[in-house]
Amino acid sequence: MIKRSFIGLIKPRMRYQAIELTPPEPRKIPAPKQVTLLLNEPYDPFGQGKSPQLKKGDPIKTGQKLALYEDSDAYVVSSATGTISALSALIGDFGRSYTAISIDVAENEEIDEQFPALVKDTSLETVKHFLTFIPGNLPDVILSPNGSSTPIETIVICGVDRDLLITANQHTVVKESSSVKRGVEILKQITGIDNIIIASPEHLMQDAGLSGAEVRVVNPVYPASLPKLIMRDLLGRVVPAGKTCEDLGVAFISVQAVASLGKAFNEGRIPVYKHFNLINKDGTSVLVSAIIGTPVRDIFAAFNIDAGEKDRIIFGGPMTGESIYSEDHPIQPDTDAVMIQDQKSLALVSDYPCINCSECIPICPAKIQVNMLVRFLEVGKYQEAADEYDLYSCIECGLCSFVCVSRIPILQYIKLAKYELGRISRAEETNV
Amino acid sequence: MNLAGSAERRRRMFEQKKFTVSHAPFWHVGSSVSTRSYNIIFAALPAVLFGVFTYGIPAVGVIALSVSSAITWEIAFNKVAKRPPCIGDGNAAMIGLLLAMLLPATAPWWLVITGTFVAVIIGKQIYGGIGANPFNPVLVSLAILTLSWKNFLDFNEVLVNYDFSYPMAYPLASLKHFGVFAISNLKPAALLMGQQSGGIGAIFGLGLILGGIYLIIRGYIRWEISISFLAGVWITALLFNMADPAHYAGPVFHLVTGYTLIGAFFLATEDSSSPVNFIPMLIYGASAGVLTVLIRNIGAFADGVVFAILIANLINPLVDKIRPKALGKVI
Repeated sequence: MIKRSFIGLIKPRMRYQAIELTPPEPRKIPAPKQVTLLLNEPYDPFGQGKSPQLKKGDPIKTGQKLALYEDSDAYVVSSATGTISALSALIGDFGRSYTAISIDVAENEEIDEQFPALVKDTSLETVKHFLTFIPGNLPDVILSPNGSSTPIETIVICGVDRDLLITANQHTVVKESSSVKRGVEILKQITGIDNIIIASPEHLMQDAGLSGAEVRVVNPVYPASLPKLIMRDLLGRVVPAGKTCEDLGVAFISVQAVASLGKAFNEGRIPVYKHFNLINKDGTSVLVSAIIGTPVRDIFAAFNIDAGEKDRIIFGGPMTGESIYSEDHPIQPDTDAVMIQDQKSLALVSDYPCINCSECIPICPAKIQVNMLVRFLEVGKYQEAADEYDLYSCIECGLCSFVCVSRIPILQYIKLAKYELGRISRAEETNV
Repeated sequence: MNLAGSAERRRRMFEQKKFTVSHAPFWHVGSSVSTRSYNIIFAALPAVLFGVFTYGIPAVGVIALSVSSAITWEIAFNKVAKRPPCIGDGNAAMIGLLLAMLLPATAPWWLVITGTFVAVIIGKQIYGGIGANPFNPVLVSLAILTLSWKNFLDFNEVLVNYDFSYPMAYPLASLKHFGVFAISNLKPAALLMGQQSGGIGAIFGLGLILGGIYLIIRGYIRWEISISFLAGVWITALLFNMADPAHYAGPVFHLVTGYTLIGAFFLATEDSSSPVNFIPMLIYGASAGVLTVLIRNIGAFADGVVFAILIANLINPLVDKIRPKALGKVI
């Protein structure tokens, strides 16, 4: 953990982890006994008036597309061969609901024939129907460019990692440049968007250049790789408060998704191995490769990590990740890191009030008056916070909570406020 | 989450390990309110110890009573208001120490206890506790004591029994009543080294400067406020002095006497009652500095620091509206 410098006048500068010149191959985790796939659709077998087409005991092949109902758009792609052992509902952060599909893995792997039959035809339809659940996660907005309010004109490929201690994206830039190149060609072909930019750290400029996309360099200091700062620094466009990058016609995609896209058409099968960093209790970070759906339990077992009571398991990096409450939680297509913290070294929050110390003011990349904002958020005055103290300017980097002397969970308050305001405005829209 | 079937789920619920679940970020820089308070107390020690060596046991008595009674008032209020005790943050101890530093060594016990009551309860807790006070609690207290029991805070009167090798007339009072001639024999270097009468912890300028530099380097106070306050005092005093040297003392005299240095590094910089943005900090500090000299030179009081900073506290919410434009703000 990065501690306050003795000379507190100097504000903490946290640099992103830079990958080694010749990075070692990621450590491959063998296929687990059970995989779990999280389908982005609520599981409600009795309420919908229609019955799910998946049920316990169904045989599943690797690469098979699994949708809950015949007419649903959401699907997952099985990363293993076996039989469905359970279907259950799962509630994530901020009320997101998923269907968890657990598959008992069989010994012999069989590849589903549907995608390989279509591989000759690189069309938007094929990608849409088979390749959104690939390692790295293909965002919908790229595949349905008219879905957002402004048509997408620019695609930014993130060759940088979102958070500290992570090298998964950089590894893809260095090691999988041919797949990335193919992926960029496919992206151009299926979307018709020619303006494709790759955001890369300075030391990987040459590797990033091989992709055929236009290379722009990202500052190596956190939080420069967050989408809204990439928009400002690399594209020179400031996202107005409350708008998204997509509203300005810019879509973001991780370099791993681009590589997976290229690989899928190069090899004629849907890739299932996801690269991510495992950040151990001592802060060391190693690159791991495991199939999507592998429970973290198996990953800890492979590294002899003992996850004890009250430890904290985090999906994502130390600044922006999400903590999970079970070792059964699976690796997902967008998991870039799994982090474990020992219970002895947890940074905990407190219910102390803001003392107006001003640590959060110079560190905020969005120049928000965090000291005033948090006073409104603490008492639930979300609308006032948005109107007067720039709630929607926040890019959710977490630096204010990181330096907060009173240890207020500021980022949590901010996200909660945005969620609550979103809920209210949605409810108002449906009432009209 | 449990992804197995229902019977299996129930069985495993009891076997599941309980992990800590919380929101990002998962790192913290390691600072806390108590380290902040204790560092400020630590930085004040050189000046406090000098006061103790100068004034002896009476000074120890005032400091000990002030710190302990401030803590007692705080915990008493916590009990009455049914709030969790908050003396662990060190803020009450800090308030007690800073108040003692401003008082004369001969302050009677009831004055000290009344002072800490006003500072902790009226100055801080009734506004909602730490971080919510609009004025510096120590200065609220000293202002009320000054207005209520003027004679007990008149350094010439209360320190009359102390006899040192240097003149024991309170420099600012001499200047006020007898003009520049009365202070012409005072050397700034000697004043800086604490050879003057005044509050227990306010006389040793060098110690206060050292403490202030320590706090600035460690990032516990905002240097913009200290520097602009001193600059405000210096420039205003210089202008007065240039206009009429026979009437008004020079800028250096104003910097090293009275509460100027303790005000710059320990009082004006109080977190809750001072601004956080760059330009507002400069305006706030400078206006407190200007007002200090105005009160000293043409006002009713010998020293102006207390009321000057209180008035600057008053304008703090307004000046702090001058702020940078947030990312993507549309107006």
